[in-house]
Amino acid sequence: MNVDSIQNGIVIDHIAAGNAMKLYRLLGLDGLDVPVAMITNVVSGKLGRKDIIKIDADIPVDINVIGYVDPGATVNIIRNGELAEKKRIDLPETLVNVLKCKNPRCISTCEQELDQVFRLSDRVRREYRCAWCEAKAEL
Amino acid sequence: MVRSIIDVPDLTPAELDALMDTAEDIIARPDDYADACRRKKLATLFFEPSTRTRLSFEAAMYELGGNVLSVTGAGTSSAAKGESVADTAKTVSCYADIIAMRHPKEGAALVAARSASVPVINAGDGGHCHPTQTLADLLTIRREKGRLGNLTVGLCGDLKFGRTVHSLINAMSRYEGLKFVLISPEELKVPSYVKNEALKKKAIPYTQTTDLMDVIGELDILYMTRVQRERFFNEEDYLRLRDSYILTPEKLKKAREDLCVMHPLPRVNEISVAVDEDPRACYFKQVLNGKYMRMALILMLLGLKAGGDRA
Repeated sequence: MNVDSIQNGIVIDHIAAGNAMKLYRLLGLDGLDVPVAMITNVVSGKLGRKDIIKIDADIPVDINVIGYVDPGATVNIIRNGELAEKKRIDLPETLVNVLKCKNPRCISTCEQELDQVFRLSDRVRREYRCAWCEAKAEL
Repeated sequence: MVRSIIDVPDLTPAELDALMDTAEDIIARPDDYADACRRKKLATLFFEPSTRTRLSFEAAMYELGGNVLSVTGAGTSSAAKGESVADTAKTVSCYADIIAMRHPKEGAALVAARSASVPVINAGDGGHCHPTQTLADLLTIRREKGRLGNLTVGLCGDLKFGRTVHSLINAMSRYEGLKFVLISPEELKVPSYVKNEALKKKAIPYTQTTDLMDVIGELDILYMTRVQRERFFNEEDYLRLRDSYILTPEKLKKAREDLCVMHPLPRVNEISVAVDEDPRACYFKQVLNGKYMRMALILMLLGLKAGGDRA
């Protein structure tokens, strides 16, 4: 399957197979009016299978979201058809307004204009907890 | 941001020890503290029903010579009109020198502390934290046993939703030579994240059992808890688990002579009233110790000491 290369935009590569849809949703790509290609289950020497997202526009993406969903992914910034920048991804220490706390007793469910803040509580298990009520994050 | 206390880990071990020392000094020399908070005002904002905690804070402030402004029940406050916790905290900061707040939403005290311009003490935020209860527990153990280390501590009842239990495990895990015995029905076991953080990471030995009588003879402390109706979404589950453990004088016959029986109160039926006469019953001493620790905490956060001098 061929998807045209992009001139100016972002390629999120080496996404573990199955994670592209989560990223698509959390990055808010469904709300963009620019071309976005999501390619899933591509054969990969490193991962066996991987997903790729190509965004055909130089728009800001929240690297923390990518780090949260898949810290093994790579982000390539393309300008004039060339690789202009490769961004290193890591598990972010804090996520702000990426996830919503699902604890119905959490203050963030009712307090006006309160940011949804999650903090990395266990790097090994990639576990995040709500900064307000400490409930575990759920995608 | 001024210093607030949302949870026990906000205090260093040295500060915890200093608070307990102050509390013991207050017990020994109450007159020296009678004017320590003169011209200071404590606002008690209680958006959830509570008798003992609110009265304890208020008694603490009065015994320090201070005054109290009180709000009880969200229905009678601006919260009923839709005011945010942050705005309430900012407003009350204009009237009071320190705030004690209880709120049904978890994390509410932290939100208040970030907005208030005076210290906020978390007096309970839903099922999340209740640090001053833990301070009361620690002082009670220190006074009854003479130490906070080298103890076998049994925790019994609702160990899943019981915030006082999680907080006590966390706070006590700082001391040496402890062993925990976790006694609960299968459905109400200590959550794994509490065990991982407080016990496994620090290699503190613990056992889990469903049978109180199997272990009661090996305990130095028996901390009983109530199965709380308000923490259940489902009434059937509450009724099924409510009567799992009831401590009676008969059961205490198998316990050590120097056992210390504790309970954060209020109890429903998990400790028989007949146990109150047993010298090992320490739960009403806990109530009193709670007031002394709240006095010590108010002094610390206001930077005051005996006689009203700056610390």
